[in-house]
Amino acid sequence: MAGNLVQGALFTVMVVRAGMLRDAEFEDELARQIERSPRFFQNAPVVLDLKSAEAFATAEEFVRARELLRQYTLALVGVQNALPAQIEAASAAGLASFAPSAPQPSRRQASAPTPEPAPPAAERASRAPTRLVTEPVRSGTQIYARGTDLVVTAAVSPGAELVADGNIHVYGALRGRALAGASGDAGARIFCSRLEAELVSIAGRYLVSEQLPQEQRGFPVEIALVDEQLTITRN
Amino acid sequence: MAKVVVITSGKGGVGKTTTSAAFAAGLALRGHKTVVIDFDVGLRNLDLVMGCERRVVFDFINVINGDANLNQALIKDKRNDNLFIFPTSQTRDKDALKRDGVERVLEELKQQFDYIVCDSPAGIEHGAITALYFADSAIIVTNPEVSSVRDSDRIIGILASRSRRAERSEPPVELNLLLTRYDPMRVAKGEMLTVEDVMEILSIPLLGVIPESESVLRASNTGTPVSFDEDSPAGRAYLDAVARFMGEQREMRFVKPERRSFFRVLFGKA
Repeated sequence: MAGNLVQGALFTVMVVRAGMLRDAEFEDELARQIERSPRFFQNAPVVLDLKSAEAFATAEEFVRARELLRQYTLALVGVQNALPAQIEAASAAGLASFAPSAPQPSRRQASAPTPEPAPPAAERASRAPTRLVTEPVRSGTQIYARGTDLVVTAAVSPGAELVADGNIHVYGALRGRALAGASGDAGARIFCSRLEAELVSIAGRYLVSEQLPQEQRGFPVEIALVDEQLTITRN
Repeated sequence: MAKVVVITSGKGGVGKTTTSAAFAAGLALRGHKTVVIDFDVGLRNLDLVMGCERRVVFDFINVINGDANLNQALIKDKRNDNLFIFPTSQTRDKDALKRDGVERVLEELKQQFDYIVCDSPAGIEHGAITALYFADSAIIVTNPEVSSVRDSDRIIGILASRSRRAERSEPPVELNLLLTRYDPMRVAKGEMLTVEDVMEILSIPLLGVIPESESVLRASNTGTPVSFDEDSPAGRAYLDAVARFMGEQREMRFVKPERRSFFRVLFGKA
């Protein structure tokens, strides 16, 4: 069944050079073009070309770029010509990376720069290296481990968000949100050494802080999806 | 090498301006040539707390725009020769803080001063980001309550990702926590977070704990940095914090509930 889920397809995608976003005239010009043919641009996917735009280096930058384009009805889906650090930052902002410089399996390179649905986590988990975070994850920060597991060796603050297509491990207090199996892997699990989360979710099923059993709070736990139910067991 | 120190918090009303004034005054008292800059454009307060509001002619924005030079705008403190105040504009807004202009002014200040203390506005918008962007060191001012702690956490994340040091992959901005408006009695009653609670969430070094004290309000209203008032617990706590900032070891005072009785005997009900 998994084989049928992943199908290749070719799309036409607009490419915006990252440098242009900093140009004051860019927005005006974009607004004029969109006014001429609004339906063509409605929710149109856009890829950000990072060639000679090293300044784009943080997830926030990408989130801002996405918000800017969003104002003009464009949907930023990914980046191309990104440096490794930029790929990481873009990924943290939930953006895909398109070839040529993306270190990805050759099958994906061959079809690039074509956006394709992310393959299920289970299929990719063995290939992508685990995302490791050793600093505290501060409020307002979002970390997305695309197609892989996420391991945090520090505390996760209230207002921070961890998202992984695979499992999430927190070797510290989990006080923010944790969403494992974000692209649908119901086998993903969340582990933490201290459960104080605002929200935990696996494959779209979630529990908010209020619904977490009081007797599990503050303890090391493992959270799994059993018979469609989020189940918390103390470790 | 001159050091740029930003006093920031995310949340408003936690004591950034009081801390900026007291901290800058504390550095000056130790003989360091220090300037304190008001980044809160449009809500100019630092000059009041420093007691120099009647001497403001030119301001930070005038200098950024090239309408005045630095020495026309800097105000020398009347109580300490090492201390200078750089007021901001009350009529403009944060958009007047152009990053390259701020950089130019800071570079110029670095030629004259040992420490440049930046009093950040509240929030995480342009004004606050500009205030922290060039920092070498940050003092995170936090009150012992949950919303202040969360906002501080957010600001720490921003310092780690959006400061110039972060963008250039230089050694990160040095982070220190200053817990203000701390009331050991209310902490003992469970009405305020304990030092340990705050430390556990923020996990950055603790520079000091400033007790809630009438002397802070009195100092603000009389235009005196509270660290000039060595008889007040808050003033002494600020001087301790400055000493720790300079690398000295000092015992943490005004923190533990059991110290409360000692504290009350000495100073009366705080």
